[in-house]
Amino acid sequence: MSLENLLSEKRSAILSRWYDTILETYPAETAVYLRSQENRFANPVGHSITHGIEAIFDDLMRGLDVERVSPFLDTIIRIRAVQDMTPSQAVSFIFSLKKVIREEIALDAQGDFPWQDLLALESAIDVLAVLSFDIFVKCREKLYDLKANEMRKMTFRLLQRVNTVGDEKEGSPEFATGDIDNDKQKEVPQ
Amino acid sequence: MATKVTTPKPAELAESIKLIPPKTEWMDTPTEIKPGTFCWGAKGKNLGIVEFPNARDWNPSEEDWKLPENWQEIFLKGMKDLLGKYRSFQVFMDICVRCGACADKCHFFIGSGDPKNMPVLRAELLRSVYRNDFTTAGKLLGKLAGGRKLTIDVLKEIWYYLYQCTECRRCSLFCPYGIDTAEITMMGRELMNLLGLNTDWISGPVANCYMKGNHLGLEPHAIMNSIEGMIDDIETITGIRVNPSFNRKGAEILFVTPSGDLFADPGTFTCMGYLMLFHELGIDYTWSTYASEGGNFGFFTSNEMAKRLNSKIYAEAKRLGVKYIIGGECGHMWRVLTQYMDTWNGPADFLDVPVSPITGTRFENAKSTKMIHVTEFTADLIKNGKLKLDPSRNNDLIVTYHDSCNTARGMGLLEEPRYILRNVVNNFHEMPDNTIREQTFCCGSGTGLNASENMELRMRGGLPRANAVKFVKEKHGVNMLANICAIDRATLSASMDYWVPGVRVTGVHELVANALIMKGEKERETNLRGDPLPGKEGN
Amino acid sequence: MKIVFPFFAVIALVLLAFAGVKVANLQFLFGVIIPYVAAATFIIGFVIRVLKWGRSPVPFSIPTTAGQQKSLPWIKQNKLDNPSGTMGVIGRMALEVLFFRSLFRNTKTELHEGPRLAYGSEKFLWLAGLAFHWSFLIIFVRHFRFFMGQVPAAIQMIEGVDSFFQIGAPLLYMTDVVLLAAVSYLIFRRLAMPLIKYISLPADYFPLFLIFGLGASGVIMRYFAKVHIVGVKQLVMGLISFSPVIPEGIGVVFYIHLFLLSILLIYFPMSKLMHMGGVFLSPTRNMPNNSREVRHINPWNYPVHVHTYEEYENDFRDKMKKAGLPVEKE
Repeated sequence: MSLENLLSEKRSAILSRWYDTILETYPAETAVYLRSQENRFANPVGHSITHGIEAIFDDLMRGLDVERVSPFLDTIIRIRAVQDMTPSQAVSFIFSLKKVIREEIALDAQGDFPWQDLLALESAIDVLAVLSFDIFVKCREKLYDLKANEMRKMTFRLLQRVNTVGDEKEGSPEFATGDIDNDKQKEVPQ
Repeated sequence: MATKVTTPKPAELAESIKLIPPKTEWMDTPTEIKPGTFCWGAKGKNLGIVEFPNARDWNPSEEDWKLPENWQEIFLKGMKDLLGKYRSFQVFMDICVRCGACADKCHFFIGSGDPKNMPVLRAELLRSVYRNDFTTAGKLLGKLAGGRKLTIDVLKEIWYYLYQCTECRRCSLFCPYGIDTAEITMMGRELMNLLGLNTDWISGPVANCYMKGNHLGLEPHAIMNSIEGMIDDIETITGIRVNPSFNRKGAEILFVTPSGDLFADPGTFTCMGYLMLFHELGIDYTWSTYASEGGNFGFFTSNEMAKRLNSKIYAEAKRLGVKYIIGGECGHMWRVLTQYMDTWNGPADFLDVPVSPITGTRFENAKSTKMIHVTEFTADLIKNGKLKLDPSRNNDLIVTYHDSCNTARGMGLLEEPRYILRNVVNNFHEMPDNTIREQTFCCGSGTGLNASENMELRMRGGLPRANAVKFVKEKHGVNMLANICAIDRATLSASMDYWVPGVRVTGVHELVANALIMKGEKERETNLRGDPLPGKEGN
Repeated sequence: MKIVFPFFAVIALVLLAFAGVKVANLQFLFGVIIPYVAAATFIIGFVIRVLKWGRSPVPFSIPTTAGQQKSLPWIKQNKLDNPSGTMGVIGRMALEVLFFRSLFRNTKTELHEGPRLAYGSEKFLWLAGLAFHWSFLIIFVRHFRFFMGQVPAAIQMIEGVDSFFQIGAPLLYMTDVVLLAAVSYLIFRRLAMPLIKYISLPADYFPLFLIFGLGASGVIMRYFAKVHIVGVKQLVMGLISFSPVIPEGIGVVFYIHLFLLSILLIYFPMSKLMHMGGVFLSPTRNMPNNSREVRHINPWNYPVHVHTYEEYENDFRDKMKKAGLPVEKE
């Protein structure tokens, strides 16, 4: 039997075990909610994970296409990047796919098992892992970007204005600095 | 000498990176204060300006919170005081049956998966202290009756989760007894303020607003200066120079809007929208530099502070001798104006019932507060055919509308902005029903949580809203998220940037001004943002 | 612990009543004294609790608005979900109290995926809650036949409807079945749904076990280990006419039933069961959204220290003049 057949035969079993291992990283109470609430708007996290892993798995079966699979990795990792997780926790779910596949199809394999194909598949999963790391870092960079940008965006008009005023009028620099507390303008609350 | 390195076995490694979920009961699960989730502690200086007790610099991530020695006594005495002053607090402490209907309604729970973010549990954090110290059963049976001693760890836990609630009231909608976590959070934060446990992001703006009239601390000339910048931009785009007045006595109308719209994009475009609309109508109105803040960060500290900041609006209306007040697009500002202002600082018997100078419509629904929402004002104008509009100027935009929590669940302002939108844009699509109107999801950054240092928390809380936007983006190609809240305009921009890149954020009156055909305007080439109008891309 | 303790507490209460009546012959204690104490505790406790709530004022008008406000005449107001007058509030409260409208909101499903109903479990909560409360009420009303010499026609009618299916002898009351089923479900969901289990306290399990015991003893008495019904009526009539009697041979199940009821009455005012009274006092539900139209008064509103315009102008007068802003004092 070819690896492809084995995998498609066990597709739903693999996916559901993979999903379970991902949910294990959440508190037990939450995991149940993530699993049971099927409304995609009431449960965006659970929905993103189920749909994401299906698409990733199917893509692996069809032969990994980085372009195609990235958006799905992105939806899952983007969420994990803002939850209380270390980088390793955030991307570890990719590695657990290996374990799940081994346990589902390889462990009790007898006779001629397509070991070569399995190794190839595992290499493809490694590619996913590396890709995930890239995505994770990109998400975190985005977050830092947002932190910095929000400040910049808030003060941009002020600076722009102060600069032009400074050109036109005399004695305007006080607009820029104000008194002691006007440096609060850096901390625009809204 | 070489150090011996032991390589962990793969299985061990896998174990070590696994986030072990708490298997213990919530009372026995300690809370860790994690970076990215909390805002910096308040500065003593800012708390001192508004005469708050126990003002000092402090840092939530440090072990020592520098609490006064008798902090327990202060907290419990404060609690007793509030139980006696607010029936809501007393009743909500007593009647929760923990049915769980609210559990998965909170955007922070949905986005974080942290069980203590379930509204019921957030309230139980405080309720357990209530049961322990204020009920007979709790005093006798302690933990068996669900009671918990107020230890320093309990205090820190309560603080941590009080500042992970945006008082959006979505849970209250689903509660069979109407228990409102916003109310509990407000009481909790008031208690924290007795101990000086405020955040920098809230206490700074409060001090600013108290001394200078607005959260940003813009001094009078800086406000005028900022608006002059907008006037220049408007002139460039339309060829018309609008001329608003400031602190002018005898004007008919005082206009008050959140100061965030004076400086930060995209709020500034909304502000330009007001300037253009009022100019076109030729109404007799004025801005104030003293009451230059519609929002009220005091509302996120204590009832008294909120009242102190709010008092400026009526005081200024009285000083200037206006007839009534129009308020701009803002969320919590309108909860305060609707449910609190008149009670605190009224009666506004020196003002008249608002009557639109253009249509003659009398706003009976605001006959006591004498303050109307700008979307009520504009919807009335459009209904009476008083505005010349060309919605095709917004044809490059595919718009959806986000209801602010406060205008939705603390007011019920649902149709007015939608009516306006349908008249000023041609492409308008609603998000799914369970994410809009009274069921709207919070932006995730309200109640003074819109700092930068807690960005992870904000993104978690913003996920449910962003997820619904993503849906309409994929389905209808939505590229613009309209709303009527200054905090939304700032924070949803960040949230969209992270979750749904390609969707921008706008106020409703920016879209109104884009569509508004003004008398004597030149042929417009761009919209307020300087983007070419549809069909003018080549120019 | 938080499940086991309340469970055994209820078992212990049953055994206590059994031993008290069967072994120690304390019929007077269990049939007269404890019920009187319980009734008094319930009434006094309930009143004290409501007075305590009533003593705390409602300083602000804070309805949770769940629909379109009243504004311009051509915009249709949602008068039930966002009432602006008394009638609307009565309507809203009636829907809330009689039909658990807010809980029902839970069940609204849109765009769900997969073959299963998206909000299934929440719909069950609403349904079970409704079934539980209504059958409890009907059973309570049915018991009035024991309090009155002549059984009123209204109660006979309720009994007739309740036993509509004419099953068994004595006729099976539907509400008995529904009550026990609903309580079982409410217990089951606390045990089976991890989120709900996580938030549950002993105080959530105890009343459920107690009410189950109360219902079960009632059912046993009516359908299986029958008690001396004329004696029961005699005892109850004696209690309410304040001339208590203990007729012979009523049967121990009745005393267990009565004891569990007494415990429920005593427990009621100090527990979350007070939501029965509290729901009427919830400010987010029982207030009209008209605070812009009619000024709401806060009885403890007090003057506060504000930063006046005068102080503001003093701080910025020069800058204001320079910027061309009008000032009060030159």
